[in-house]
Amino acid sequence: MTTKYTKDHEWVSVSGDIATCGITAYAAEQLGDVVFVELPNVGRIVSQGDEVAVVESVKAASDVYAPVSGEVVDVNEALAETPEGVNEAAETTGWFTKLKLTDPAELDALMDRAAYDTYLAGL
Amino acid sequence: MSEDTSLKTTPLTGLWQGMGGRMVPFAGYLMPVQFPEGVMKEHVWTREKCGLFDVSHMGPAFLKLNDASLTGDAAHAAIAALVETILPCDVAGLAPGQLRYTTLPNATGGVLDDLFVGRPRADADQGTLYFVVNAGCKEQDFAIIAAACAGKATLTRADDRALIAVQGPKAVDAIGNVGDGPKRLGFMEFVTVKGPFGEVVVSRSGYTGEDGFEVLIAADKAEAFVRTLLATAHVKAIGLGARDSLRLEAGLCLYGHDLDETTSPIEAGLAWTIQKVRRERADFPGAARILKELVEKPARKRVGLLPKDKAPAREGAEIRNLAGEKVGMVTSGGYGPSVGGPIAIGYVDLAFATVGTELDLIVRDQPRRWVVAPLPFVPHNYHRKG
Repeated sequence: MTTKYTKDHEWVSVSGDIATCGITAYAAEQLGDVVFVELPNVGRIVSQGDEVAVVESVKAASDVYAPVSGEVVDVNEALAETPEGVNEAAETTGWFTKLKLTDPAELDALMDRAAYDTYLAGL
Repeated sequence: MSEDTSLKTTPLTGLWQGMGGRMVPFAGYLMPVQFPEGVMKEHVWTREKCGLFDVSHMGPAFLKLNDASLTGDAAHAAIAALVETILPCDVAGLAPGQLRYTTLPNATGGVLDDLFVGRPRADADQGTLYFVVNAGCKEQDFAIIAAACAGKATLTRADDRALIAVQGPKAVDAIGNVGDGPKRLGFMEFVTVKGPFGEVVVSRSGYTGEDGFEVLIAADKAEAFVRTLLATAHVKAIGLGARDSLRLEAGLCLYGHDLDETTSPIEAGLAWTIQKVRRERADFPGAARILKELVEKPARKRVGLLPKDKAPAREGAEIRNLAGEKVGMVTSGGYGPSVGGPIAIGYVDLAFATVGTELDLIVRDQPRRWVVAPLPFVPHNYHRKG
């Protein structure tokens, strides 16, 4: 399983042709207490960079972008009832969507963990 | 991100930075929006214990009558007559030590700012009024007040001092640090006291819906005062994020959002801020519109809104009736940690302002069902005497 990161602080973890996507712990910490997550419908086709979900903190709403292109095959319904799950475990059980990859080559341009950590250090 | 050096600081900015406050620009000042615990915990702490807020960006000021020959009630009557030309509240009728919440209306009955005006308690201070106006409006407000009193009274700004709000059910214990006098204040009373932190002006007031105090203190005493309070078990520093969610739950207006130059005090549900004697005299700016709306009802009204589901609606969200027609707009929207869900304040056409009316709020192009709800969302917990 490979995990890659975007400059917009999404992570994508790939197993076969299925990519599990979410926001990074850094993003969750910056947002603060998450109170609502709006997830896409299963079956939606998204392109890399599309707004695929919305995450809301007490103060504001933020878009979550698709880190890669694909078809939404699953969403984390648990976040509807317990949006605070994003703060508790952003990079594991706090995932947002599972996408069936349509262009796996897109992954190559994303950052690996070391590159993302370097990117964070520079912010 | 580079820090904007044009931003003003308060006497407490360094303390907040050292405590891990997330500093953001607000009304021209660098202010803590939250501390490491986060808005949710800070909010709940204030409702249950005591939150301490830096509100030094706001505009405290004193207006003093130039004619020193007048004393006591005569001096108060003279200064009240000056400011009643610009304010619609009963200033003359203020008791010594009493504070009132009021608006600064424009000629067409809109609101230029909302503010506090108070009459000092001490005999020696009669002929002086204490003002606290909003940060973003202070240059405008001070100019209007000074112009209304030109040659007759002098406005002295006090926004070089620190203004600290201490809010929550344990605030009364914390305030004992400046002396015993403030503990005996009732809601919307204030007093000047001398104590371990010099001369301070303490009012029993705030903008969270909780019991609490606001303390105007010399800049060089502010940090020691705050550190003393923070060292006690019940007091924590709270950022502007929680200040906003607390005031929203308390159903209080935020100027520039729930109140502006087009909104009348009647539409905003602030008729109670215009006392009977002023309604009868009808001699304040905007009186024609304001009094007409008082009698005939305004075209639109400020209401509370609660969702049927869990999606927050933010400022600017359109409000539609169930036929899909636009009937209003959200002016403040967010999440109420004590309510445990999204809450919003908005203006709707009068026909849709009744509690229980179902409406659609448009969130990201999707209608979501909400219901008109009574304000405040969380009961006020003020310390009223009597």
